[in-house]
Amino acid sequence: MNHFPEAWGRPRDDVYGAYNGAHLASGMPNQHTQSPIVTGTSVVGIKFKDGVVIAADNLASYGSLARFTDVKRLHRFNSKSVLGFGGDVSDMQYLDRLLTSLDIRENYHSADDAALSAKNLHTYLSKVMYKRRSDFNPLWNHILVAGLDTEEKPFLASVDLLGTTFSSPSLATGYGAHLAQPIMRKLVPDEEAAARLGKEEAIQAIKDCMKVLFYRDARSMDRYSIAVITKEGVDLNEDVKLENQSWAFADRIRGYGTQVN
Amino acid sequence: MASIIHMGREDPGYSFSAAPTAASANREHSFYPYVPNPSPLPSNSPRYTDNGGSTLGIAGATFTIMAGDTRSTSGYSINTRYAPKLFLIGGTGTEHKSARIVLSVVGFAADGHALAERLDTIVKMYKYQHGKDMSVAACAQRLSHILYGKRFFPYYVQALLGGIDEKGAGALYSYDPVGSYEREQCKAAGAAASLITPFLDNQVNYKNQYVPGSGSGLDLQARQAVPLPQQHVETLVRDAFSSAVERHIEVGDGLQMMTITVDGIQEVLIPLKQD
Repeated sequence: MNHFPEAWGRPRDDVYGAYNGAHLASGMPNQHTQSPIVTGTSVVGIKFKDGVVIAADNLASYGSLARFTDVKRLHRFNSKSVLGFGGDVSDMQYLDRLLTSLDIRENYHSADDAALSAKNLHTYLSKVMYKRRSDFNPLWNHILVAGLDTEEKPFLASVDLLGTTFSSPSLATGYGAHLAQPIMRKLVPDEEAAARLGKEEAIQAIKDCMKVLFYRDARSMDRYSIAVITKEGVDLNEDVKLENQSWAFADRIRGYGTQVN
Repeated sequence: MASIIHMGREDPGYSFSAAPTAASANREHSFYPYVPNPSPLPSNSPRYTDNGGSTLGIAGATFTIMAGDTRSTSGYSINTRYAPKLFLIGGTGTEHKSARIVLSVVGFAADGHALAERLDTIVKMYKYQHGKDMSVAACAQRLSHILYGKRFFPYYVQALLGGIDEKGAGALYSYDPVGSYEREQCKAAGAAASLITPFLDNQVNYKNQYVPGSGSGLDLQARQAVPLPQQHVETLVRDAFSSAVERHIEVGDGLQMMTITVDGIQEVLIPLKQD
């Protein structure tokens, strides 16, 4: 009689030999992400009086190579929140899988009117990101969370690979922080201005930002996704073409190319 | 009996002597079957960033004033114009009703949030366990222990803890990232600490001030520091920050100021320059 429960129902060493656990340990130290590989560029978002507009282009770059041109970087979480991912695409896919499992669990647990708000989602994500950076194994993303908070008020906040979080009437990741934020801040310098801003103006501002980013960000593309989140739900369009481009300014640029003067 | 089955072997013969030891440890998420343990090797990936900003605390005879600007930065970029650095500790619920302790953190904001959340939980648990509010002195020592507990992977923050001590006097404690702490009358921390500190030395502790007509050279009598009235301290705090804004790019946008007395905590938000 074997009194050790660990061994019950398992093959006997004296008959079959000891269990070979070799496949469980690689024999090499664990490796963690030291730099992102396939990356998405900027995400931009702006609050308006009834909700939030958020956009990101559909490009996943491999260094300077425009590798995947149909990658959707906006993810609808539920009827009141959308996520925009900048940074590593495989980490984005991991987080998407994680959040899908969270959503399924939540749907079994509670009725729809108690659905996780964008604010709840942001808190959850910030804990995941901070935990991973504290394990020296960061998820290489900068994420915007857009939607409605628990009181159904517009919500926009960000979390990055270090677990740093902040919120603002307008937000942008990557190059967007340099190129798009000034445009959006002019429109919504504070929360009061955002609470007055109309939906169409907000959409137009985001479209202008995407255009400026395409003009100047070499890792961007002219096809993008845009989402509008209001009480009515999520209006997500994943294949928008950049319109009314004007490259007239380009021939006045001097000093970067092969031209003499 | 056992010897028949184990064929005379002394050790139990189950087949897991060379078996997985880490396989079921540290499961991070429900769907993920196996997550490797965090590597003890150093990593080149960034673990900290500096989010700028400054904080300031001054203790009076019956009050403590805590203040911090609301700008959050990364490098030359402004993340947001409103990211509070002051956190209410204890009290009831997420509103911190009837709280009497304020923590300010400046440095790496994510660590600051984590620290504030941990301390808040501890102070709330203390009340459940002991049926009374935690004293600032006890809270201050506990904060030191929390910081020292992460001595080899520190919370990268300069913390200040303000409250009212058991005699009803204003109490202010300052910390380094690994938990060294002391009680002080006034302290500036963060990006503009080097700009604000000499102002405080002169205006709160009356450094380099002498009694008029007390003589010259060694006969000079230093002006004695006295606890300042609340109105006066508020003015000093506002002046300290509006001056720091002029000379430090990481400071600006808004000034969050909390006045702690035995009757409660009053919060005000004063605009600062946004340039």
